[in-house]
Amino acid sequence: MSGVLVVMEQRGGAWNRMSFEALAAGQQLAAKLGIECSAAVIGESVKTLVTELAGKKLAKVFAVQHGLLKDYTSDGYVVALESLLKQTGPVYVVLPHTYQVRDFAPALATRFRQSLISDVIAMHDGPVFVRQLLQGKLNADYKQADAGPCFVSVQAGTFRAEDVEEGAATVENFTPQLEASQIRSKPGELFREAAHTVDLSAASVIVSVGRGIGEQENIGIVEELAAALGAELAASRPICDNGWLPMERQVGSSGQTVAPKLYLAVGISGAIQHLVGMKGSKTVIAINKDEHAPIFEVADYGVVGDLFEVVPSLTKALLAAKG
Amino acid sequence: MKILVAIKQVPERDAQIGITASGRWIDESDLNYTINEPDAYALEEALQLKEKSGGEVVVMCAGPERVGSTLREALAKGADRAIHIEANDLGERDTLGVAQVLAEIAKDEAPDLILTGLQSDDLGLGQTGVVLAELLGIPHATLIMHVEKTVTGLRVKRELEDGWFQHVEMPLPALLTIQSGGNKLRYATLMGIKKAKTKETKTLQAAAAVSPSIALERVYLPEKQKETEMLTGTPAEVAAKLVEKLKFEVRVL
Repeated sequence: MSGVLVVMEQRGGAWNRMSFEALAAGQQLAAKLGIECSAAVIGESVKTLVTELAGKKLAKVFAVQHGLLKDYTSDGYVVALESLLKQTGPVYVVLPHTYQVRDFAPALATRFRQSLISDVIAMHDGPVFVRQLLQGKLNADYKQADAGPCFVSVQAGTFRAEDVEEGAATVENFTPQLEASQIRSKPGELFREAAHTVDLSAASVIVSVGRGIGEQENIGIVEELAAALGAELAASRPICDNGWLPMERQVGSSGQTVAPKLYLAVGISGAIQHLVGMKGSKTVIAINKDEHAPIFEVADYGVVGDLFEVVPSLTKALLAAKG
Repeated sequence: MKILVAIKQVPERDAQIGITASGRWIDESDLNYTINEPDAYALEEALQLKEKSGGEVVVMCAGPERVGSTLREALAKGADRAIHIEANDLGERDTLGVAQVLAEIAKDEAPDLILTGLQSDDLGLGQTGVVLAELLGIPHATLIMHVEKTVTGLRVKRELEDGWFQHVEMPLPALLTIQSGGNKLRYATLMGIKKAKTKETKTLQAAAAVSPSIALERVYLPEKQKETEMLTGTPAEVAAKLVEKLKFEVRVL
């Protein structure tokens, strides 16, 4: 096929939304290179899902089906995709950078003696794939250096699902050779731990605190600011890892995704994993001591300064403004 | 259980990053280095498993001479032995190349369990562990919060997106990439630091690099995604300016 193959993600018959962002990326890459774009869906039975994909501008849609692919396992997916890739021979394999892809795609690439170019935020002519280094402090251009196939995963929110082009595609069934003995791990049911009484996604104003707060006892000043603003209190992962705030207040790829009217980030450097959870916010204000902190890349208003001075002053000014 | 922990040394989190004249990598001359934070959680998990059910914890780290300090710190925290894989050209190797270096050592050590962090704080590719497992032909699981030894192998708690989790069972030997937050990190004690001096650190040469499948061509500062208005002044002045913005621009007051 010597084209682009996009590997879509589904669980229990429901799409992972990021799949369509990867599909948009795959279509754009194929258009740039003047080659075909196809897509693959993996599962026990994916009939409804491939029917939906048959209405997209794709050469082929592969329904990769097997009873042993009902629940996700890295072993099952790697074996199934390895045989699909060997048969179809794409030059580029594009995936959404989900937790599931992180679990199997590096092993899949290894089967082809390749390294996955992961968490890509842009594509340029070449093709050059851009990814972030040092928690977002730098960008880096990566290129395929040998014959490939080239494996690429795209970061959430980089490409728009709405940009997927409509069209018509042929559906092809693909049944991989798969034995139960090849699947070495046994996945259990999905479960949630926290009571999830806090729905940050509904909040219109969020005050969020990060590593810069230093110690648990300092969180009080951020709580006071949130109270003065009538805001929900949120945090970046390290704060919840330390147990300073409950996990259910975490914003980012492993926590909640929010899009409030105002996101006020206090002492948050803005690691990629945090930014993907809040970059849809309408207005972002960042207070940080490091002027090079990546949070300022997405901030509308920035304050470079000591949060222990700025935050109490702001709380005081807010309370005064309210009268 | 013999546990091998693969750790990486990375620039400190608050480091001011400069770019070399060639534009291909960061200027390392004035940087301070530390253990990659997710790898610190992998080491912590290994130490706790050993405390629960006995065994040995071996740490390995590839890199130039400077990684010795990170290995010594791991020994001071409680690891039993350290392996320094000397390589001055890690930047020339891709993920597969680095994992191949680690796989050579892992084969010789033949541990029951290999632990590493889910990703590095510098390159952030998030793949070395999975590739290492694939090269060794052992099962793996990623983003692990909790590890439990069972009669037949392991039962691990894997983190998924949006606050979901899943238990996965697997036989040994296996490789796990550890997510942060599952445990509290320990500090090295004075006694630990003293003891570390008597522990073995083996230095081995990394195999010669093969040509990589992907190449890092250029590093640069990210373009701004938004026009950021920086507010300056004393804390009181900044606060007053912010209140103005919140009232008239953002309109949340």
